[in-house]
Amino acid sequence: MTLRKMKAYSVLPGFSLSLGYTLFYLGLIVLLPISALVVKTMSLSWSEFWSVITDARVVASYKLTFGTALFAASVNLIFGSLVAWVLVRYQFKGKRIVDALIDLPFALPTAVAGIALVAIYGPNGPLGSVLLEWGIKVAYTPVGITLALIFIGFPFVVRTVQPILEDFEQELEEASAALGAGRWYTIRRVILPHLFPSMLTGFSLAFARGVGEYGSVIFIAGNIPMVSEITPLLIITKLEQYDYAGATAIACAMLLFSLLMLLVINGLQGWLERREKQFEGVMA
Amino acid sequence: MIIATKKWFDDRPTMTVYQPAVTEKKWVRRALLSIALTFISACLILPLLMVLYEALRSGWDVYLASITEPDALAAIRLTLLVAAISVPLNLVFGVMASWAIAKFDFFGKRFLLTLIDLPFSVSPVIAGLVFILLFGTGGWFGDEMTAMGWQIVFAVPGIVLATLFVTFPFVARELIPLMQSQGTDEEEAARVLGASGWTIFTRVTLPNIKWGLLYGVILCNARAMGDFGAVSVVSGHIRGVTNTLPLHVEVVYNEYQFTAAFACASLLAFLAIITLIIKEIFYRNLQNQRVKS
Repeated sequence: MTLRKMKAYSVLPGFSLSLGYTLFYLGLIVLLPISALVVKTMSLSWSEFWSVITDARVVASYKLTFGTALFAASVNLIFGSLVAWVLVRYQFKGKRIVDALIDLPFALPTAVAGIALVAIYGPNGPLGSVLLEWGIKVAYTPVGITLALIFIGFPFVVRTVQPILEDFEQELEEASAALGAGRWYTIRRVILPHLFPSMLTGFSLAFARGVGEYGSVIFIAGNIPMVSEITPLLIITKLEQYDYAGATAIACAMLLFSLLMLLVINGLQGWLERREKQFEGVMA
Repeated sequence: MIIATKKWFDDRPTMTVYQPAVTEKKWVRRALLSIALTFISACLILPLLMVLYEALRSGWDVYLASITEPDALAAIRLTLLVAAISVPLNLVFGVMASWAIAKFDFFGKRFLLTLIDLPFSVSPVIAGLVFILLFGTGGWFGDEMTAMGWQIVFAVPGIVLATLFVTFPFVARELIPLMQSQGTDEEEAARVLGASGWTIFTRVTLPNIKWGLLYGVILCNARAMGDFGAVSVVSGHIRGVTNTLPLHVEVVYNEYQFTAAFACASLLAFLAIITLIIKEIFYRNLQNQRVKS
């Protein structure tokens, strides 16, 4: 089948050129390098691969990485939704500045965030010293890693929930209130179910980002094997020991997880779009 | 719920003011707002202020000396060079990809979109690692490159490649939904009136997408200048040669020169603030354009 037959007819020019260039560039920058990773992993035997990715130190790093990312994404789910709610529904001074600031974790280089968090939560930092007096050690522990991941993942939930909440038809709330529902009941039974897909999408994005995060975490993590060593760092450690096979195997395991998350996120976004369309149908 | 009963004017009957049905009680609103603002202050504003405070703690002279020492200047130059190469390349890709995806219907479009998103969900460390596997010693093309006298990894080309990988989706991700929502009517009209492809793009499409395009570019640039994980793997950390500004921050920090590290970090923090401001302006223009059309 030729390229022409696989596309719908259009009078516009430039299809072959633009798609051809897109595929070429995608192949060169993304697919070729990724396939190098997969092929390199295949040079390992199954038992070698398995023993690398189930080594006690590696498993400890998975538990830490996934555990902290999951916890941080949950915190962001709650506070991100709350911030989105406040930004959409309430009026207050400086709202535009706050709204612009939400994206700071996207704009601020992760290494800068990392050293700033150590300065704040380190033993001599303004918050770190207070928490230490209460017996909570933040820097160089999983608590610190979680804080870094909360910072990094914060904008995801806000930015996925905010547009959905903005488009939400308040007539539904009015109807609910007119039918005698209390405010909390309306929020729980009318608004939250509508926001749920976007909240879940934001949560997944924050979680996926947290699992792969490196720059902001390594400064505050302390990087103690078995205790505060994240999986991406372990890949770098193996590379520095010229253990390319080991690094590749762990990277491949992480890549599989990323692909799985990508599928989940895409599925969620599809669900979100269908829900919005359905909703528009109901309202019209 | 009745929240107030007041006498309106002497000649009018008493009016009852009800609690609006679609908002929360005042104290709930106040509480939620305080929680949200406290969270934002502690989580976002405090780190930003901390960087500036630590950078200027030892005085203005030390600050200037830290950012003008030769290694720091070399790092700044390299960061600018890497962004100057990788942002335009990803910009061209973004425009090409969004033209193909938004203006035409073809088989496998959704799959292509997923592939374009792939670099977002891959850990930056893996993004660096794959280029070591390609161009490092014993890599697919490593020996050929060495034979030809080209150093890719632990040199500037490797840094550019890793940056291209991590910033790959930014422009395309902004443009595709924007161009999809605009449809193809205007371009088709131009075509029927006899405009060439280039004329259609520069005179019809580009004016419609310019704010979205610039929005994608500014995000792409921020990430290109600030990336740490991917670049850290391929750079080799050669001082004054292959250290970008974020890597320079790490090297100096690990040498316990905290003030110098925070001084260089403050430059990146300024970059972030400027990015946010420009982004806000572009976003506003984008919204205005949407409202108009």
